Amino acid sequence: MNLFRKQAGTSTFKRKKIKILAITMVFIVFIFAFSYVPLLGWIIAFLDYKPGISMFSQKFVGLDNFKLIFSSWRDFKTILLNTLALSGINLLAMPVPLIFAILLSQMRSKRLSKMVQIVSSLPNYISYVLLYTVFFCLLAPSDGAVNVILRQFFGPEFTSNLLADKNIAWTMQLFIGLFKTMGYSAIMYIAAMSGIDQELYDAADVDGAGRFAKVIHITLPGISSTFFVLFLLAIANMLSGAGFEQYYVFQNPMVMSKIEVLDTYIYKIGLQQNNFGFATSTGMLKSLLSIGLLMGANKLSKIIRGESIF
Amino acid sequence: MRYKRKPSQIAFDTINTIFMVVVGIACLYPFYYIFIYSVSDPLEAAKGIAFLPKNPTLANYIMIFQDSNIINSFFVSAARTVLGASITVLCSAFLAYLFTNPLLPMRKGLYKFVIITMYLSSGLIPWYVTMSAYGLKNKFLLYIVPSAVNAFFMILIKTYMESLPAALSESAELDGAGIFALFFRVILPLCLPVIAAVAVFAAVGQWNSWSDNFFLVKTPELKTLQLTLYEYFQSAAPSVENMRDAAASMSKRTVTLSSIRMSIAVVTVIPIFAVYPFMMRFFVKGIMLGAVKG
Repeated sequence: MNLFRKQAGTSTFKRKKIKILAITMVFIVFIFAFSYVPLLGWIIAFLDYKPGISMFSQKFVGLDNFKLIFSSWRDFKTILLNTLALSGINLLAMPVPLIFAILLSQMRSKRLSKMVQIVSSLPNYISYVLLYTVFFCLLAPSDGAVNVILRQFFGPEFTSNLLADKNIAWTMQLFIGLFKTMGYSAIMYIAAMSGIDQELYDAADVDGAGRFAKVIHITLPGISSTFFVLFLLAIANMLSGAGFEQYYVFQNPMVMSKIEVLDTYIYKIGLQQNNFGFATSTGMLKSLLSIGLLMGANKLSKIIRGESIF
Repeated sequence: MRYKRKPSQIAFDTINTIFMVVVGIACLYPFYYIFIYSVSDPLEAAKGIAFLPKNPTLANYIMIFQDSNIINSFFVSAARTVLGASITVLCSAFLAYLFTNPLLPMRKGLYKFVIITMYLSSGLIPWYVTMSAYGLKNKFLLYIVPSAVNAFFMILIKTYMESLPAALSESAELDGAGIFALFFRVILPLCLPVIAAVAVFAAVGQWNSWSDNFFLVKTPELKTLQLTLYEYFQSAAPSVENMRDAAASMSKRTVTLSSIRMSIAVVTVIPIFAVYPFMMRFFVKGIMLGAVKG
């Protein structure tokens, strides 16, 4: 009797296991279809792909698409330079949110500090299209608020068109990026600061350390690992920078030569000029190099700090 | 701080406070500006306004709410936000629940399989070709299906579920509750705080996204509000001319391209402002969890 009951128990147990596995597999198949199958699309990089006909009747062209990257090196060089310059500027500006977070934490009125925190992270939740429209309106040469205000100081003839100035295009993109992400990044540092042991500050007080000394010797080391992780992730992301959306929406004929980056270029040769093979080979190289950068950054992290990012 | 501050400290505090107030204003002013422009008399606004609306009017809003394209794209965006966010939350939560179940075989491996997707990127063209092959081109489903399972949200929900006492689900199981009953009746209600947080994030993401629309959906009836807004800024959209004619015939007031653009921008940004106070409650928590896990 006992034995019989036990057997029934294991079989319902097994059935339950199989049921759970079956339900999970539905999700796994879904994830495979939407995240892994697109990777198979890298085959297009080796094809002379014509949209509209089946994948199997496409012409195989070997590495021709990759060779094309190097034969069109002159255009390509500018785009690569733009991409690296824009990401490089962003990397250099990474201490800005950190400094902002420290200044926020040093404010005497906690309520005001909280308010600035909330308000400054708001732009992070605005889409790039809206960000563009807002800047477009603010900086419009005729009736934008910036020009209206500056005319009060420089006379009625004054106009500026900052979004169409080639010489400051990179700076503008940096500024726009900071406007969107500074407050949000600062919150990450503030979260890291809240993890610092309060006793360290008390001990420093006893030792007679001033505010500045406490920031240098306690706060900065306490948030350095957050900074380092973000920095390495940014290095891994060098070939995308702020991504397609930011640079694409801010493009206009005046600044095109400065903010055409890999992602926008891939879109143009791929979906506008229908050169799928070439676009995919460029995108594939970009993805592979990014993975390489990520691995490299991870290795660097292991060597310098003794811990990996993942 | 019971001791007296040194003059240099007072100077620092004053400058710091002023600086922070300036940053705060700089972050809000752009939105304030498009708002006052949109409610000002269009012709007065075109002469330049900076701080206060001039001759307040709702003419712009009356105009854009008569444009069927804008109304339509508003509803497309609203639909993708509501449906997309619900599906993302439900699927991510259910998968998280499956992964917390110790009965699931190969749990670790399957979990990794899902997590890796956060780092995978096939690039634009392979994604485009795959989605077209699935028949999602020019379909509303493109907005809501591919994003159904979000690995990051899944991690957040799973972390929360693991903090629930195991005895709860065990007792429900003894009462004969199946997998689905257990999830919907016991686990989901208990996870409400994290579900609410994820739902708000997913909704904001859906409302803001436009590139899927831009790349793959050319059907005008399925255009999202974000893309409609973008197109209004790209060309001197002919419908503005039509609107102006309509406005001229309706009343003495007339609208301008800028005033229409800014009014659409205001309509697009208002939902974000509306949910932002709710987000603030969750989002520090969300970022911290993300920082720990990511």
